[in-house]
Amino acid sequence: MPVMNIKDFSFTYPGVDHPSLKNINMKIRKNKITALIGPSGCGKSTLLRSMNRIHDLYPGNKYDGIIELLKADTQKMENILDIKKENEFIQLRQRVGMIFQKPTPFPMSIFDNVAYGLKIAGIKDKSELEGRVEKALKDGALWKEVQDRLNKSAMGLSGGQQQRLCIARAVAVKPEVILFDEPTSALDPISTGAIEELLVELKKDVSIAIVTHNMQQASRISDYTAFMYLGDLIEFDKTENIFLNPKEKQTEDYITGRFG
Amino acid sequence: MRLLINKIVLGLSTLSALIGLAFLGWILVTLFIKGLGSFHFTLFLNDLINGGLRNLIIGQFILAGIAAAIGIPLGMVAGIYIQEYGRGKYAEVIRNLSDIMMSAPSIVIGAFVYAIIVVPTGGTSGFAGAIALAIMMLPIVINTTDNMLSLVPRELREAGIALGASKYKVIIDIVIKAAKVGIMTGILLAFARIIGETAPLLFTSETSNYFSLDLTESFPSLTVSIYDLANEPEQSSRDLAWAASFILTVLVLTINLAGRFFTRNKKS
Repeated sequence: MPVMNIKDFSFTYPGVDHPSLKNINMKIRKNKITALIGPSGCGKSTLLRSMNRIHDLYPGNKYDGIIELLKADTQKMENILDIKKENEFIQLRQRVGMIFQKPTPFPMSIFDNVAYGLKIAGIKDKSELEGRVEKALKDGALWKEVQDRLNKSAMGLSGGQQQRLCIARAVAVKPEVILFDEPTSALDPISTGAIEELLVELKKDVSIAIVTHNMQQASRISDYTAFMYLGDLIEFDKTENIFLNPKEKQTEDYITGRFG
Repeated sequence: MRLLINKIVLGLSTLSALIGLAFLGWILVTLFIKGLGSFHFTLFLNDLINGGLRNLIIGQFILAGIAAAIGIPLGMVAGIYIQEYGRGKYAEVIRNLSDIMMSAPSIVIGAFVYAIIVVPTGGTSGFAGAIALAIMMLPIVINTTDNMLSLVPRELREAGIALGASKYKVIIDIVIKAAKVGIMTGILLAFARIIGETAPLLFTSETSNYFSLDLTESFPSLTVSIYDLANEPEQSSRDLAWAASFILTVLVLTINLAGRFFTRNKKS
């Protein structure tokens, strides 16, 4: 079942004539990991950043088409490109979380980092906050390492720990989808392994879209893979089909390392 | 041959550095000798009228303090505006104006405040002096805030937005916190800069021999009194000027060092 349905979607950056994404059609399926792969500049990050409309921080972008997001209580699809009001944006981003390439801990304590989104969502009760923070840190596979230093600054954590903290922070607000923008490309192999395990664990609760430069990573963890090239979605299918039986010549060339 | 040129250039640059440092050392040594010679702790207990400096030091701090109370919030808000909200030409104009103001001669600012406040109100006042110092401080605070905020990575702002925070919450909770050390250092340096200013006060607050908290009258100022005392014929006045210069230098140095210490401590 799709939680996100992208239909004939095109995207143009301000001051540019040509769209960076052209007629994209794909789905993010519930409780699955969907990987976006392709060479640099193919538009995979641009597509990911459209899914929570973080592009809107910078004015002048042009969206065409439809990106539907499943509303949990009514089971209806709603077009997120229709959103105009500030409070609707806030709701969208609480439902669609995002993790960045470089870890982005806030300059505050570990506890406050995880509690930040919860406080914005309106949770004030101290014991509820504590419970949700603990749960989120456990979900982020970080609890054991930080449980006795929750009030210490998050800046003192290692890169891998910081990234797991960011994941815990995103998970804490119970989003339906989490978008990962190359979450391991700034990390060492061991931290990368820990994050990959975490993603596979997390998909029980959330649906995941991940942009990655690393094809092995896509084949290891994702259920579906989209291959993009120069703003076009070349092929979108189950991961094993993309990697074992690609239908398109370009996909085959890319995954066998002939270009990219 | 190349080795020789290398040696000559190295020698020349070392020499110029030494010359520069020598003058700095000379100033400090002269100040310490002359200043310490006439320095006495009773200077802190008496007002200028009784041969002390108490009213002047307190007055200078009050002037600089009021200037800071006006200049810091205004400058920070302006800096936040041009870095976070201002787009295109408008913000660019403010940024350039502020840069130009930074290099405006301080005597010109003094003359400006004289024209817009002292003349209409009919006399020099502590208030006019504080305004002149605030105008001196404003561009430095704007510039620091602007620069320090620009160093905060874009991803940090996006991460806040991606958690559902609104733009102003992200700026207040996250961006300013991340830039806090830099901004505070800049503010301290700006304060150190204005507390040693003479020209903006010369015809705005003037100075006073008596202790005063009345900002509508001429207000005691350490720097203006140094200027006055140094022009007096009696040796005792000039000694007092040296002592006052010494105290002022120590004050400014301390604030400067505190600012630097602050940054280094936080960075490691």
